[in-house]
Amino acid sequence: MADHAVNDAGAEPVYKTDALIAEDINAYLEMHQNKELLRFITCGSVDDGKSTLIGRLLYDSKMIFEDQLAALEADSKRVGTQGGEIDFALLVDGLAAEREQGITIDVAYRFFATEKRKFIVADTPGHEQYTRNMVTGASTADLAVILIDARKGVLTQTRRHSFLAHLIGIRHIVLAVNKMDLVGYDQAVFDRIVADYSTFATSIGITAFTAIPISGFKGDNITLAPSASTPWYSGPSLIEHLEAVQIESAAAQERPFRMPVQWVNRPNLDFRGFAGLISAGSVKPGDAIRVASSGRTSTIRSIVTMDGQLDEAVAGQSVTLTLDDEIDCSRGDVIAIADAPPESADQFEATIVWMSDEALTPGRGYWLKLATQTVTATVAAPKYEIDVNTMEHLATKCLSLNAIGVAEVTTDRAITFEPYADSRELGGFILIDKITNATVAAGMIHFSLRRAQNIHWQALEISRAQHAAMKGQQPAVLWFTGLSGSGKSTIANMVEKKLHANGRHTFLLDGDNIRHALNKDLGFTDADRIENIRRVGEVAKLMTDAGLIVLTAFISPFRAERELVRSMMPEGEFLEIHIDTPLSVAEERDVKGLYKKARSGELKNFTGIDSPYEAPDAPEIRIDTTQTTPEEAAELIVNRLLGAWAPDL
Amino acid sequence: MEPLPRDSTLAPAKNFCPAHTLRRAPGGGNCPAMTRLTHLQRLEAESIHIIREVVAEAQRPVMLYSVGKDSAVMLHLAKKAFYPAPPPFPLLHVDTTWKFRDMYALRDKAARDAGMELLVHHNPEAQERGINPFDHGPLHTDMWKTEGLKQALDKYSFDAAFGGARRDEEKSRAKERIFSFRTASHGWDPKNQRPELWNLYNARKSRGESIRVFPISNWTELDIWQYIMAENIEIVPLYLAQMRPTVERDGMLLMVDDDRFPLAPGEEPVMRSIRFRTLGCYPLTGAVESTAANLAEVVQEMLLTTTSERQGRAIDKDEGGAGMEKKKQEGYF
Repeated sequence: MADHAVNDAGAEPVYKTDALIAEDINAYLEMHQNKELLRFITCGSVDDGKSTLIGRLLYDSKMIFEDQLAALEADSKRVGTQGGEIDFALLVDGLAAEREQGITIDVAYRFFATEKRKFIVADTPGHEQYTRNMVTGASTADLAVILIDARKGVLTQTRRHSFLAHLIGIRHIVLAVNKMDLVGYDQAVFDRIVADYSTFATSIGITAFTAIPISGFKGDNITLAPSASTPWYSGPSLIEHLEAVQIESAAAQERPFRMPVQWVNRPNLDFRGFAGLISAGSVKPGDAIRVASSGRTSTIRSIVTMDGQLDEAVAGQSVTLTLDDEIDCSRGDVIAIADAPPESADQFEATIVWMSDEALTPGRGYWLKLATQTVTATVAAPKYEIDVNTMEHLATKCLSLNAIGVAEVTTDRAITFEPYADSRELGGFILIDKITNATVAAGMIHFSLRRAQNIHWQALEISRAQHAAMKGQQPAVLWFTGLSGSGKSTIANMVEKKLHANGRHTFLLDGDNIRHALNKDLGFTDADRIENIRRVGEVAKLMTDAGLIVLTAFISPFRAERELVRSMMPEGEFLEIHIDTPLSVAEERDVKGLYKKARSGELKNFTGIDSPYEAPDAPEIRIDTTQTTPEEAAELIVNRLLGAWAPDL
Repeated sequence: MEPLPRDSTLAPAKNFCPAHTLRRAPGGGNCPAMTRLTHLQRLEAESIHIIREVVAEAQRPVMLYSVGKDSAVMLHLAKKAFYPAPPPFPLLHVDTTWKFRDMYALRDKAARDAGMELLVHHNPEAQERGINPFDHGPLHTDMWKTEGLKQALDKYSFDAAFGGARRDEEKSRAKERIFSFRTASHGWDPKNQRPELWNLYNARKSRGESIRVFPISNWTELDIWQYIMAENIEIVPLYLAQMRPTVERDGMLLMVDDDRFPLAPGEEPVMRSIRFRTLGCYPLTGAVESTAANLAEVVQEMLLTTTSERQGRAIDKDEGGAGMEKKKQEGYF
């Protein structure tokens, strides 16, 4: 098969440049230096001949060397699936597990070049359980090659791959109808597949695609078209097409200027530069710009690079900008053309691709990273999930691994964005789990929700620092967490009395009391527990803004929600106090008789019995109630609070 | 529904630039009104973006500097990323004491020129036990490099380390993320990598965990050479052919760089015109016979050659084709 891949293409490859390399290396280098870069993704399974096609592109452009080929031959004999012949899948499947199982699990990036362009190929797995990997590979691609086996036609996986490629915003779709040699290069077969595909493509909103009849094995229409076997084909070869399509970053130059600020460069008092990768448009010294979040305006003074100042910079370049005015601008801000800045909002509708084994928990706080902005975000229960095989909308309450759905996303503060359809850079985001730090989802913003656009923050004249100063104290939240009956309320009450006696302005938020009033609409499901804690967190935050020391006594069983509240508070103002009582002890005390009810099944979703309690990993204070009396505990907490912040008292 | 014509362009692509349609170059080229970025410009911009993201999000970043051509390019990109300031992190060389003398000379000069602090780490245990490539085989790499690297990262509590690995070098690297997450014990789990979408990198981690970052993941060997030429980056002279003292060992051509090289009785080093495609410990790095005395000739030879650059490196060939993957899981770069 190695021989086939090299020799029997029938056509002379257009990217054989050995002669030029040997004769005039400087001319070759000059040519190579001016190549553009195109990124594309190949979708399909081994059965469609995808690996053979990639192997061929690499081989023909001299990206496989003799020692690699020797290793490949040895591997093919050992674990290959081609009966001892060269198995190109082994070349692209790099991980041991992949070679053993004969499947592609993860995205592999491959590189080759022709005389006109350099290419980065993201080779992605085709199976449904690797949807997230395909989305990952597609996210940076300018073009998708969708492979079809000419003998099989449009299959479920063809539809899935096309849908995902379109979803992620790839504007150039190539339908590569492969293995034409096995259907006798029959034009009727090709035409029928193209007709089938265009019906489907139109139905999901794909407005254009290019269909090419190929044989990766024989080499037809790969480098030159038409091949002798397909005289009826009048379009470009695969390579000719890859060399001609418009590259995304070039398209981005036509849009209004935007640059997310990555880093403020301040080597000395005389220089303040804003470093970033230009995501759209172009910029020149003298251009009027606006910092999107604050609305402040200035003028570009210079475009600084190590190679000297530039007269102009365009989308796709990493630069450092200096401005004429000392305006407030930092990492996360977006510098934009003054008369067409992007929007800011804190509520969106978005498509979400779930990528984690742990399903989406609606209402839970996740980190959301969009461009260089990182904020806390919650996702509401999805409006629907999309079946990736049939594109049907299904009702759902959450999203599990590889699920794609549409949901409302709310951020804790406004972020600068653009719809994903206009900008991948300002419309695409990832969600990060706050506890495991794993990337759990990718999102694409459709539009902001009107409510967010119409609510503006009221600028307050009296600051929280002024409130605190009048009370002569440092505000804080003492967050008591622990099982029911662990002693949270008892100890919190004692702490409050001591602080009060010490002249401190305090307020105790107690779980039961809050549930009787503010949160009486909430039950005890996971979602309701999360909302309960979120509201308590917001109330506690308002009270600390007013200068108070707030004590809260809630079971608050989930780590993520406690971390959410922590993230709402300024650094150092949140003290997590774990009232650590073993379940057996709390159950034996059973002061409210609740454990008995839970054990008998009368009470559902009871923490410790049929609902989990996630103990804090590193609380500021941990009280072991089997070793410490409530009085001792209260003393310890008060000393920690006042000792830490008021050493003079 | 009416089937589409075979070339099946249903309508002008959505992002087709109508204003420039008539001015499009023949053959579908870009609008002349636009600035056309070359692939080297795109790669450079991507690498600078990655380096800045790390500095913005990590607490204590460091750049692993091995003095090779890839390190030279990575350092150059870091200087560009923060110009006019020097890069706000130190360079770390995990030394084995067995590098070529030319490498030590350039290492110290490059750090000085960049205005960066240079940290050099030697594994004290390897030093004490006199671990060397002649007597200890694979243990040499394990102790000096893998263990030495882990020690150095722990010693300084670095939470992000830049490395100059490229995806075209080796098949497990082709699958590795740009931000490659490592456990507190520096292990890599290839089956549990974080999805990496668009140019959004997740640099979050718990205390003790760290991230290896590969800013030149998407560069090829040819890109590296072209960039070195275009940017006039200083590299170790060993990459260019010159007459050097050599001996042959197991089919590899080794350079006798100092008097620690054990010669057989009566053996005399032979002067040959050689150069190196990669640089490591001199007793482990095979040279190629060559007359390429300038960069253009080196590239010419590279393009006409039939073996990959890692062919002269012993590390890739252990463990039945999974040598590098296994070493990475144990904490190797």
